[in-house]
Amino acid sequence: MATNKDAEAVVSDDMAASAPPMGMKVIAREFMRDKLALVSLILLILILATVFIWSFIVDQDVVQTVSLWDSYLPPMSMSEDPMFEGTRYILGTDSAGRDIFGLLLIGARNSLILGWSVTVVSSTIGIVVGILAAYYAGLVDNIIMRIIDFIMILPQLMIIIIFVTIVPNYNVVSFAAILILFSWHGQARFIRGRALTVGRLDFISASKTMGTPSLVIMLREMMPNISSLIIVNLTLNFAGSIGLETGLSYLGFGLPTGTPSLGTLVSYATNPDILENKAWVWLPASTLILVLVLCINYVGRALQRAADAKQRLG
Amino acid sequence: MWKTIIRRILLMIPQILILSILIFVIADFMPGDPFTGLIDPNLDPAQLEAMREAYGLNDPLPVKYVRWMRNAFQGDFGRSFNYQQPVTAVIAGRIGNTIRLSLLSVILTYLIGLPLGILAGRYNESVLDKTVLVYNFVSFAVPIFVLALLMVWIFGYNLNWFPARGSISINAETQWEIWMSQLYHLLLPSITTAILGTTSIIQYLRSEIIDAKVSDYVKTARSKGVPIQKVYTKHIFRNASLPIASGFGYTIVSLFTGSIFIEQIFTYRGMGYLFLQSINTRDYSVIFVLVLFYGFMALVGTLLSDLILMAVDPRIRID
Repeated sequence: MATNKDAEAVVSDDMAASAPPMGMKVIAREFMRDKLALVSLILLILILATVFIWSFIVDQDVVQTVSLWDSYLPPMSMSEDPMFEGTRYILGTDSAGRDIFGLLLIGARNSLILGWSVTVVSSTIGIVVGILAAYYAGLVDNIIMRIIDFIMILPQLMIIIIFVTIVPNYNVVSFAAILILFSWHGQARFIRGRALTVGRLDFISASKTMGTPSLVIMLREMMPNISSLIIVNLTLNFAGSIGLETGLSYLGFGLPTGTPSLGTLVSYATNPDILENKAWVWLPASTLILVLVLCINYVGRALQRAADAKQRLG
Repeated sequence: MWKTIIRRILLMIPQILILSILIFVIADFMPGDPFTGLIDPNLDPAQLEAMREAYGLNDPLPVKYVRWMRNAFQGDFGRSFNYQQPVTAVIAGRIGNTIRLSLLSVILTYLIGLPLGILAGRYNESVLDKTVLVYNFVSFAVPIFVLALLMVWIFGYNLNWFPARGSISINAETQWEIWMSQLYHLLLPSITTAILGTTSIIQYLRSEIIDAKVSDYVKTARSKGVPIQKVYTKHIFRNASLPIASGFGYTIVSLFTGSIFIEQIFTYRGMGYLFLQSINTRDYSVIFVLVLFYGFMALVGTLLSDLILMAVDPRIRID
């Protein structure tokens, strides 16, 4: 009898010790284990904080003021315009004498906000469509998948460029809408694949038999089971959206003129003279894109490992 | 197997039709027409209108579409207003450049990707494997236009190792010089493409090889005395290369489509560069045919990939 109780105690102790760590704990452990991921995360937070706090403090009209005296000043030079007496341009100026450092921060803020909005909206559409397709299967799934298959064969970059040129009253919102229009389908496909596996599990069938409304099954039972994947994908797509936006802005089919972005700063480099001799104009923006995209992706990878018990390092 | 192929080809027809209608409608929305740029004080607006009428630009959309399709079946894909020659001739003039660039890029991609993937898989957890993983991660994350710009800036302008723009030097005279000059201009853009192109090859090869190492057929081969080198080259590589074979259809198709970013940054006159030029000059007939061509190529790529996979992997031959 006593031995039996001891055994039970041992078992319950073991249970306590081996209770699977959940949520934030797993993520924190993953980041502590992978120092590079931790560095990426801290760097990312630092960049985000600098960009957003700075753009609150500084008067953006001053940054965007044109001053022809200051055209293409190299980094660390003093302003030659009597209006800006005593200003030092840490990263130099562009053709219109605007401070590259200021433009860089405003541009980074615009690129980050746009990238994030596009990612969130297109992911939401993707999740809704994906779960609907997986839950109802059959005809609904077939129709949705044919549509997605069709979008997949479109030469994405070209179609986006064509849309950008035909939209009347082109502005930031229409640009974001065009990007969303051509990026939700990848999400939907991915989510549908995962949701199909979840939808086949017994507890979903049991729930259906018990008469749980479809909406509740989708939101409360299927969604939580793919939530970690959704978070991972949000991160990875965020990096992708920034890459796409800056790339399009670089080609001149991105954010409208007057809205600086990291891409518009890089696009100064389409002029061979600036590319070769005035690297301070485009190099900081390129570097910032590189750092941002690498950090976000690395954090995303760490989250991905945390979401899958088989891949965890910690 | 033939049944599958024919069915797939038949399924492509409606997709191409929908694509063509869609792009035709979109192209009609584009502001201005090829004559907008021609407006000069000497040209009377009535005359301009007459020209529009003569080219059929004022006809209703369905009429224009049917006329275009009828001509397309006779091999006439319209005329480029910008170049004043048939669209097919304009594209034919550029596609050679794109094929050359993509071919070299693909060769370099496999030259980098295959050995790195195999070595990383074979000696996984080693320093080499970890380095390859870092490279693999970076190549996945970095946007191509940023890397291309940095490459042009560093190797083209600052170090002067490679020509930074164009596809051929004007000094080339003999055939041999022309070839060498072309190759020299191709190197930097294709190296850039290859560096970023290896991501999926390395990822698939590495993980397939790691999985295969502990599989039964490898144990059998080892225990009956097959040398380890041979197990890797004959047994594991064949199986591990299946996912790569499945992507080969897309690779072949990418030979003809090229990259907009690479061609723009290296001012390389290929298909992508032509597309951007046509957008800027509102050369609709060229834009339309290019997008249709790219869409068609995407379909062919999917079909080819499935066929190649069926050919190399007997297990998935389905009817």
